[in-house]
Parts: sequence; C-alpha cells; structure tokens
Amino acid sequence: MKFIATAFVVLITLGPVHAQDDSLLKGLEPVPAKKEYVTNAFKSSRVVNGHSMELIGKGVLDVRILHRFGLINDGVSEWFGLDQASMRMGFDYGLGKNLTIGIGRTTFKKELDGFIKWRIVRQATGGSPLSLVFVTGVSAYTFKNTDPQKEVKFSSRVGYYYQSIFGRKFSKRFSFQLSPTLVHRNQVEPGDVNDVYAIGIGTRFKLSKRTAFVVDYFPVLNRPANSTTTNSLSIGFDIETGGHVFQLHFSNSTGMNERAFITDTHDSWGKGEIRFGFNLSRVFTVKKNQKAG
Amino acid sequence: MKLVGFPLLLMLTFIASSAQDRLLTRNGSISFYSRTSLEDIEANTQTAVSVLDKKTGQLEFSVLIKSFTFEKALMQEHFNENYLESDQFPKSIFRGRIEDLSKVSFDKNGRYAVSVTGELTIHGQSQTVTTPAIITVLDGVASANAEFNIVLADYKITIPSLVQDKVSKTVRIAVNLKYQAQP
Repeated sequence: MKFIATAFVVLITLGPVHAQDDSLLKGLEPVPAKKEYVTNAFKSSRVVNGHSMELIGKGVLDVRILHRFGLINDGVSEWFGLDQASMRMGFDYGLGKNLTIGIGRTTFKKELDGFIKWRIVRQATGGSPLSLVFVTGVSAYTFKNTDPQKEVKFSSRVGYYYQSIFGRKFSKRFSFQLSPTLVHRNQVEPGDVNDVYAIGIGTRFKLSKRTAFVVDYFPVLNRPANSTTTNSLSIGFDIETGGHVFQLHFSNSTGMNERAFITDTHDSWGKGEIRFGFNLSRVFTVKKNQKAG
Repeated sequence: MKLVGFPLLLMLTFIASSAQDRLLTRNGSISFYSRTSLEDIEANTQTAVSVLDKKTGQLEFSVLIKSFTFEKALMQEHFNENYLESDQFPKSIFRGRIEDLSKVSFDKNGRYAVSVTGELTIHGQSQTVTTPAIITVLDGVASANAEFNIVLADYKITIPSLVQDKVSKTVRIAVNLKYQAQP
C-alpha cells in the first residue's frame, strides 16, 4: 500500500513536466454561445428617414434633432439652401430590447407624429437569417386653418402608416433591408389616393469602425398618373462618436416622418433638386442595466 | 517491460496530475475600470474559466469578450464592435504561473501574497504581465485575486480622438477566481 502511495507521489510530481506545453485549459475553454444575436446592422434606428432594423436598447432615451435645408441649386444667395431649414425634434424611448416608442414634431406642416416599433424576429448566428421589425405610427397636422370657407376636421389632418422591415446584416460591413409600407391619409386632394404603398430599400456599407455610407430609397408603387410627388432618395454618411450619431446626407425630401417623406416629396434628383440635411442622435441611458452578480 | 510501462506511466501521471493538482472554476469574476473626469466605465463578467495547478503554480484563465456586461447597453455594443472587435477576437486568455509558489500551502488556511507572471492576450495581442496576487485558502477552497493595469495601446485597442477624454488610456483589471472545492 505504501509502495503505491509513494509511486503516486512520484507520478504526480512527474506529471506536470510532460504536460508543460499543453494548455491547462485544453477542453475547458469557454465556447461562444451557438446562437448569438447579430447587432449593429445600422448605426442608428433610422437609415436616413426610414426606420432601420435596429432598435435602441432598453431604458435608452434617444433624442433626435433632424434638419433638412433648402435646395442646394438655389445658389449662393440662399447660401445653397442653408438659409432655410425644416426641423424635427423627436424623442424615442426603448421600453424593452424589442420595443421602442417615439414621438416627434416637425416644422413642415406643423406635424406631430408618434410610432411604435416592435422587433418580432431578431437575426442571429445559428438562428434566424433575418430580422423582422414592425412599425406603426400616426401623424397629424396642427397648422391653423386660415380659410374660413373651409372646415378642417381633426380626422382629416390625420395619417397612419404600417411598415414591416425585413433586414439582414450580411457581413460586418454590409447590411440591407426591405420595408414594405402602407401610408394611409384620411383626407387627400381630389385625384390622389388615400392609401399609398411604398417599398423602402435601405442599405449600409461601413467605411471604417465609426463611419458608414447609407442609402435610403422609398419608391411609391401606386402613384396616380397626374401626381407631382416623387420617390424619396437619401444618400449619406453616418458618423458615430460615443453616444452621438451624426447622419449627414443629401436628399430630395423635406419630410421627416413617414407620411411626409413617402407621400409628400416633390423634388427630383434628376432635376438637381437636392438638399443637405442631418440627423443628430444623442442617447441617454435612463434606466441602467442590472449589473450581473 | 520497461517499454510497456513507460507510456502507461505517462498516462497515469497525466490523469493523476489533472485530477489531483488542478483547481478549476467556471465562474471566475473579471472586472475592468476606466476612470476619467468625464466618464467612469466599468464592466464585469462572472464566467471566466480558470485552472490553477497547485504543484507547478501554472495559472490560466480564458474569458469570452461578449460575456462582459456594462451598465449602458450602448457602451457594451461599442466595446464589442469598435474596441475589442469580439467577432474577430472572441476570447481573452492569460497563461502564466505563480512565481513564488513555495509561499503557498494549499492545505492551510491563509492569505498568501505572491507574484504572478504570464502572457495576457487581448484583442489578438499578447503582452507579458507581472502582478502581485493574493492566494487565499479557506477551508480547502482556494481563490486567486489580482488587480493590475494595462495600457490599451499595447493591445492595439485604439481610442478615437473624439472620445479620448472619456476613455482612459490605462485600464484597471480585477481578477477574482474562486476555485471549486476538491472532493
């Protein structure tokens, strides 16, 4: 018995000598979870105008200041459009990691808007290849009716939209999404349609860790033949600095909510009717994460 | 006989050594702190895996970068996406040894101040780290604690100039490994 014990001790002391090169952790190392959610498909919760497949985090308040300037081809007397600006101030809040609500007000037609954005499916490695996000929102003009002959009821100022976003982050750099959208306006000019169908095409190409190139295009599918509206197209750059995201872009639309930029864009890239604009997003963590342990 | 015996002996030693001398934990705690006048950043994980060999003093730990949790969701996102690039470098690993193992007796309760030297790999970059550490033995349960500073630039973790006042160039790392009791 004693012999065995002695042998054991000898064996123990010998053991590590030959095990030297091997990692002690061999076979024990932590392995990444098989299913991992894909994050950062877009830098911001908007591509430019349209919603992106990203949501802000739970307990996060995103204060968004948006500006759309005048037409660049107005020339130097209008300082290339910068003399006039239309703006939207918005507040988005993450109620949960898959649920965001937001409100905003735009100077264009003095419009108020609000939305609910719900992520139904989230892209994951070893899971769904796509994210599916549903957005619905409402908007209302608040401008005073100056025409005493015409009665403007509240209901006729209201519009709604319903949007599904199918998005995928294809690689570290490239993300793409399609967002079929229905915008309903309670009252429209004669000859126009109440229900406007559009399909949003949004894409992001990362240029560096903190900058990205984005395109946001919303072709309308059922535009009446005599309509003067055009498809909203915005091309820009996202620049991220800590809690801020700056989105600088060129666009033919002034609208900053779905009703406005999808159904109320009148300028055309083809005619050089382009304007500069930016979105400034600053996030505040209102409710902090419960710390692990 | 000798020829047959030797490989057998090697096998036996390996089994004996891993079963008897190696302490394991799968829920080691690692935290780090970046303090500046503008912003304090800290993150923690409780899922570091570590093995300590009582006989040789070899100490290793490995941790998944994505397991670190932050108070602010956005910080965690940026940490993974821009700073540590965790898709490319999913793990951080330390491989080293207790330099003055003779000071420690794992059978006796006590706090033993030791020095640990090894190679720390973060963001795909390896650097030699030497730090004072405390080995605590309490009723047969051993723990290893250490706190040390690392310079982010050594690991090619770059801080953009726009946020350089908010992220410290030197980060303090606290490691707290409580090993499982041996049967």
